[in-house]
This record gives sequence, structure tokens and C-alpha cells, in this order.
Amino acid sequence: MSIFELANPKRFMQVSAVFLPWIAAAAAVTLAAGLVLGFAVPPDYQQGTTVRIMFLHVPAAWTAMMAYGLMAVASAIGLINRHPLADVAAKAAAPLGAVFTALGLVTGSLWGKPMWGAWWVWDGRLTSFLLLLFLYLGYIALGGAIEDENRSARACAILAIVGAVNLPIIEFSVDWWTTLHQGESILRKGGPLIAPVFLWPLFLMALGYTLLFFALWLVRIRTEIVNRRARTLTMARAT
Amino acid sequence: MTFSLDVEDLSCIRGQRALFRGLRFSVDAGRAVSLQGANGAGKTSLLRLLAGFLMPASGTIRLRTDGGDIEHAEDRGKFVGWFGHQDAVKPQLAVREQLAFFARLYGSGRNPDEAMRTFGLLPLAELPGQYLSAGQKRRLALARLQLCARPLWLLDEPLAALDTAGKKLVAQTIVAHCACGGIVVAATHEALGVACETLLLGDG
Amino acid sequence: MTSFLALLFRDIRLAVRAGGGAALALAFFAAVVTLVPLGVGADLRLLSRIAGGVLWVAAVLAALLSLDRLFQADYEDGSLDLIVLSPLQLEATAVAKIGAHWLATGLPLTALSALLAVLFDLSQAGTGALVLSLLIGTPAVSAIGAIGAALTLSIRRGGLILPLIVLPLLAPAVIFGSGAVLAAQDGLASGALYLLTAFSLLCVLLSPFAVAASVRLNLAT
Repeated sequence: MSIFELANPKRFMQVSAVFLPWIAAAAAVTLAAGLVLGFAVPPDYQQGTTVRIMFLHVPAAWTAMMAYGLMAVASAIGLINRHPLADVAAKAAAPLGAVFTALGLVTGSLWGKPMWGAWWVWDGRLTSFLLLLFLYLGYIALGGAIEDENRSARACAILAIVGAVNLPIIEFSVDWWTTLHQGESILRKGGPLIAPVFLWPLFLMALGYTLLFFALWLVRIRTEIVNRRARTLTMARAT
Repeated sequence: MTFSLDVEDLSCIRGQRALFRGLRFSVDAGRAVSLQGANGAGKTSLLRLLAGFLMPASGTIRLRTDGGDIEHAEDRGKFVGWFGHQDAVKPQLAVREQLAFFARLYGSGRNPDEAMRTFGLLPLAELPGQYLSAGQKRRLALARLQLCARPLWLLDEPLAALDTAGKKLVAQTIVAHCACGGIVVAATHEALGVACETLLLGDG
Repeated sequence: MTSFLALLFRDIRLAVRAGGGAALALAFFAAVVTLVPLGVGADLRLLSRIAGGVLWVAAVLAALLSLDRLFQADYEDGSLDLIVLSPLQLEATAVAKIGAHWLATGLPLTALSALLAVLFDLSQAGTGALVLSLLIGTPAVSAIGAIGAALTLSIRRGGLILPLIVLPLLAPAVIFGSGAVLAAQDGLASGALYLLTAFSLLCVLLSPFAVAASVRLNLAT
């Protein structure tokens, strides 16, 4: 079965119905295992027990970035192939990406308080993620403001692609900016130097977050497809 | 010179609704078509399809010219003289400025003053658009249409907001354009006042 | 080329006439910048420290203020249909519109910034860097802003969504621009102006394609 057969909404509904429960269950298991392992590791000698926030923070940030990438890819496919399923997928990813970004910001802030003594520090990574959150919000606002379904999807697709081109530049500029204004910080690229004991829970949590994202994404795509079908049927009955 | 418009199997779907299917007609150089139909029958949509703004759900729109057949929407647009139901008059610009701008934008080489004389706008030449009446704005739009010097005219309700003299002017302009080998497709509720074929949209 | 210049001059003319955005943007720029010392106090040492950032942020906001009508005005009165059908390629139309906005707004803002820098006791080196960075960076503001303006041209409250879309994308311009001012004040070599030039070039080169695509899709309904 090729990927293009999946692009047929009917086929997609059948296949996703089979996979969805398994992905959701896998997400629950890995997240539970990750959390248990995360609490089992010994506290860090420098950061103490607050280091455990890393298991919530780093995967959230990572998932938020991945969501934007997937959204941009789906947008490009929707724009070039004019495929409604790709449009739906891109649109469905945006609120999820925004939530994961917000989660990354909140956990980063919670981590910052004991580390720096302030809820917010203009650290390079946190600043990038704040800008990423605004990119997501702009995308969601644009999609909501344009009533025509097709037009809305294509306008959002252009914005997502422009954003994807710009995102690495924003990241770079923010990194440059932090070196101009202050020294190194704890949440530097790649996180703090990670002791091997932390790697397992971090890996499990990253996998869990990713699976969770995919499960929620599938649910949102399926909901949107069902909604559209319902709308079409209602309109057909009215005429 | 050969010039004609051929439409084959044209279908238009807006939202979830099919406005028309399998539409087929052809117009030769020097002919005018009056496009009729109830509100919502798709008159404006058909004009926007012909102009290349909209993409048809199926079918082809072909222009036969000396330089070969032209199907691609954006290439087709370069032959279109557009007269929409909006006047596209800028309140801040004087009548002459507006016309001179479009003559230069379209590179037609026609003289704005002559067009203003033809359409009785010469006394208003220096007046900013905001002071024009609805009828005067329509005449400005007509003058612009002539200035742009395009062979395929697409007119959306050209008679709206015009008095009897204005309607006569529209008819004369259409006749003159056809006499030069141009094509006119006009969506309208009332009789155009010129010899033309009629295309009825909807039901039929 | 005649078509291109015709559109460029017509847009500039519309911008500088009464009701156009150019003068408003300048007045807005001056008013916002004047409010800052009222908010943070009259300490000239502090003010000269934040001058680059304040002037850059205010200039970006002022430029955005006049951007939302860039395509919307022509869309609402039907002019955009006529412009799209003209011999000018849509990408070239985008360049003309961006150019006109920069000439009518970005360039005057840059000139005014030199005057407003006096209010902040910005050093000579700092003022030079400010003017140069705005000169290099405001085309990027016009170019990125034009994408937002084209995307929102059919939205009635588009002016409210436009900043949300555009501002995060302009973060690099603000960072490099104000960074250049700060570095010049401290007598440091920062390379910010080179980075700003690269960013600006990239925006100006790529945005006409995004703008043209956005206009196309908005007319196709």
C-alpha cells in the first residue's frame, strides 16, 4: 500500500482507526515508564532534584519543533498537490504544536526559578520558544479569520512555509543575541551535559511525547474529517 | 487577424455547490455575448473564470490568436479588459492621474485625454475621485477599459448606476470595440442595447 | 519597466496623499519614541543605552501600521483585479508594492530616526549605526510585512492579525539592528550589520514569491 492510497480520506479513516489505539497505548506505556525511571534516578549533584524537570521540558521543546516541521511539510504537500487531507493534517497540528510549545515554556520557567531565582530569564532557548509560540498563534489566528476552507488552508500553508524558512534564522539570531547580552546559561543547546543515568528516562520521555503527539494528531485529523463529512451531508439535505 | 474565444465542457464548483456543468460556447472576433441568468447562477464566476482568476473544476477555456492558442490562465489574462462591478476608483487621485496610471501600467500607448473626451470626463480631469458621482465613476471605468486596449472585454453589470445617456454610451463603446475585431462578454440583467447573442446560465 | 515604475509611483503617490499611511507612520514613530522616556525616566545614561532597541522596535511598529492596507485597499475597490491582469508579472507587482512602501515609509523613518536619536543622547557612532542598520533593515520589514498584508488582504480585521503573523518573523531584524547600535556604542566590532544585510537580502529576494502566491489564492474565490 502506497502513501498515496492513504491520502484518500476514506482509506485514511480505516487505517488510522486500526493504528490509533496502539499508538495511544504505546504513548501511555512509555510515558509511565519514563516518569517512573525519571523519579528513580539519583538527584544531580549540582541541580539537585530539580533536574527531573528536564524530563518534561526537553521532550516538550523537541516535540514542539517537530510539530512545526510536520506542519510545514503537510502544508507544502497540500499547496503543491492540492490535497485536502494534507490541509487538514497541517491545520490539526497547529494547536498541538502550540500546546507543546507552551508546555516547554512553562516547564522551562519552573526549572528556571530554582536555577536562576527568576521565573523568566531571557535565555536563548526560552526566547526562541516564545517566538515559536507566537508563530503558532499567528498561524491559528490566520486560519480562524479566513472563512473559506480552501482559501484558509492555502493561506496557512504559505505562512507555515515562510515560518519554516525563517525559523532557523530566528534561532540563530536569538543565539547571537544571547552571546551579545549575557554569558552561557544552563539550558544551553542540547541541555546541560547529561550524565548517562539520565539518558534512559530522557529517551523514554521523548519517545512518549512523540507518540502522544501522533496519537492526538490522528484524533484531531479524524475529527475534522468527520466534521466536514457531517457538514456536507447537512448541506446536501438542505438543498 | 484571427481571434476567438472557445469554451468547452466548463464546470464551476463554488464551495460545495456546482454552479454550472458542461458549459460550451464560442465567440468569434467582432461579436458580443450577453450573459444572463438569475442571481447566483454564476455570471460573475464565469467572468472570473474567463479572466483566469478562478480555476475551473473541469473543461478548457481557449483563446485562438495569430500567435497560437492560449489556455494558461495567467497568459489569458494578458488579453482581458476587465470591467468589474466595483469601479476601482481611488478617492485621492485625480481622474487624469488614474487614467494615465492604467495607460502606463497596461503599456497601451493610448492617450488618456482622448479617452476622457470620448466619455465626457475632460471637465473633471483634475478632480479627485472622491468627488465623483456613481455615474461618473462608471464612465471613468469605461474610459479605463478603452485605454487598456485589450481585445477580450469582460463586463460585469456594465449598465448598473447609469442613466439613459450613460447606457447609450456603453452600447456605443461595445459596438465600437466589436467593430475593431474585439470580443465582448457582458453579464447583465437588462438588454445591452446592441446586437448580440445571449447565453443563459442556470437551469438551461 | 514602464508598468513597474507606473505602479511604484502610483503607490508612493497614494501613500503620501491625505489618507495615505506615510505621514501617519512617521507621526506614530515620533509619538511612541517620545512616550518611552516618560515611562522609564529622564536618566540620559539609561536612555542612550536603550536607544537602539527602542528606536528599532518603534520603527518596526510604525512600518507595520501602514502595511495592512498595502493590498487590502486595492482588493476592496477592485483595483487589484486590474493590476493582476496588467502585463506586469505578479512577482514584479509585489516588488513594486514593497519598493513603494519602503520608499514612502521605511526611508522617511530612517531619516527621522537620526533626529529622534538626539532625544536619547545617542553617541555619534551609535547614531551612525542606527541609521545604517535601519537603512539596511527596513526593506526586510516591508518585504516580510507584505507577505502578512497579502495573506490577510481579504480579512476585515486583518490589521489585527497582521502584527501577530509578522512580528515573530521580524525578530532577527530587530536583534541584528539594535545589536549593531549597541556594539557601535561600545566600540566593538560585532558583524551585526553583515548579518542584517544577509537577512534583509534573503527577505527581499524570497518574499515576492510568497506575496504573489498569497494574492493569487485570495483572488481565486
